[in-house]
Amino acid sequence: MSYAADVAALARKDLKVELRTRDTLPAMLLFVLATLVVFHFALPTNAADDAAYGLLWVAIVFTALVGLTRAWVPEHEHGVLDGLVLAPCDRSAIWLGKTLATLAFVAAAQVVALPAFALFFAPLGAPAIAGVLLADVGICAVGSLLAAMAAATRSREVLLPLLLLPLAIPLVVGGVGSAVSSEPSRYLLFLGLYDAVFAVLSWASFEYVVTE
Amino acid sequence: MIRARGLEKRYGRRRVLRGISFELPAGGFLVVSGANGSGKTTLLRILAGLVAPTRGTVDIEAGRGRIGLLAHEPLVYRELSALENLDLYGRLYRVSERRERIGMLLERFGLWEARNERVAAYSRGMAQRLALCRTLLHDPDLLVLDEPFSALDEAGVALVDRELAELAGLRTVVASTHEPDRLAALATAELALT
Repeated sequence: MSYAADVAALARKDLKVELRTRDTLPAMLLFVLATLVVFHFALPTNAADDAAYGLLWVAIVFTALVGLTRAWVPEHEHGVLDGLVLAPCDRSAIWLGKTLATLAFVAAAQVVALPAFALFFAPLGAPAIAGVLLADVGICAVGSLLAAMAAATRSREVLLPLLLLPLAIPLVVGGVGSAVSSEPSRYLLFLGLYDAVFAVLSWASFEYVVTE
Repeated sequence: MIRARGLEKRYGRRRVLRGISFELPAGGFLVVSGANGSGKTTLLRILAGLVAPTRGTVDIEAGRGRIGLLAHEPLVYRELSALENLDLYGRLYRVSERRERIGMLLERFGLWEARNERVAAYSRGMAQRLALCRTLLHDPDLLVLDEPFSALDEAGVALVDRELAELAGLRTVVASTHEPDRLAALATAELALT
């Protein structure tokens, strides 16, 4: 019970900080919209819808990167992470709180991005939307862990994409597959498995990332 | 009780600490002094459990959650108010009756009136006072204080002097300072880093 309360308090704190600074979400919204507009003009008019779904996933992954790059900045700029790490609470609660807050930002960006995609390119079916939601969980779970590692370095903007993009490839495969395949359930199952495996790995390894 | 044996810390090829050994009984007050770059902060971070020594061992009786760390940074969110920061820490550090304790500390450190202001609007001295509130919030057994007087005005220095005098003997304290004379009256042990 106290674990859930810790996670909720940490996630609520991130939402409050974002509400006051507006550092992350507006940047994500502008980025995803600008990217879709650029893709709209870059894609030939006779291109297949399948190509557009691929571009949607490029936009989704890079928009999540924008949010993840900033995710741990408040903790590292002011040394707050030291204070959190010394607390007697389970350290994985810090990761889970951050993951949930980041997931909220990514989901908020997609509330704008998905209708914009449908407007510019092609309609999105229920399997495609389910694929996006499942992939969001995976991106945020792995991304929050890797962002914590990258934030401790001086070159976090470079390091995070280098770490995250290879691990995001299965999510892109599953996400595009769920949108274009005649058997989307296979891809959705794959995304669910990815989420479960990587969420558990991230949850278990966070302690070692934030301590020497 | 703290027992350090042959502590050494290296960052790459650079050796920051070498051969540090000491024992501090419970209730002891260790003053760590030394020039900039002598490794005071590194030693304190090792004692707080934030950094692992490259060599040597350190045994500390106070477990995680029973250590109060005052660092160079106040370790608080600038976009949250003092009250919001302390409430978050109070929850994570399992402080019982935390609202009463937070109110008492904010009163004692002269921040009650500014409790709802964002920390970003605080002066450095106010932020340091808030950092002291955060450090003492969970009534830690071991206080690790890195330059506790930094950024404080005369009133703030007097406040910290009074707090440390009250805590001396009741809590184990390790404090680093450029001015060891200021803490000489409270010190039960001294460690000069070179």
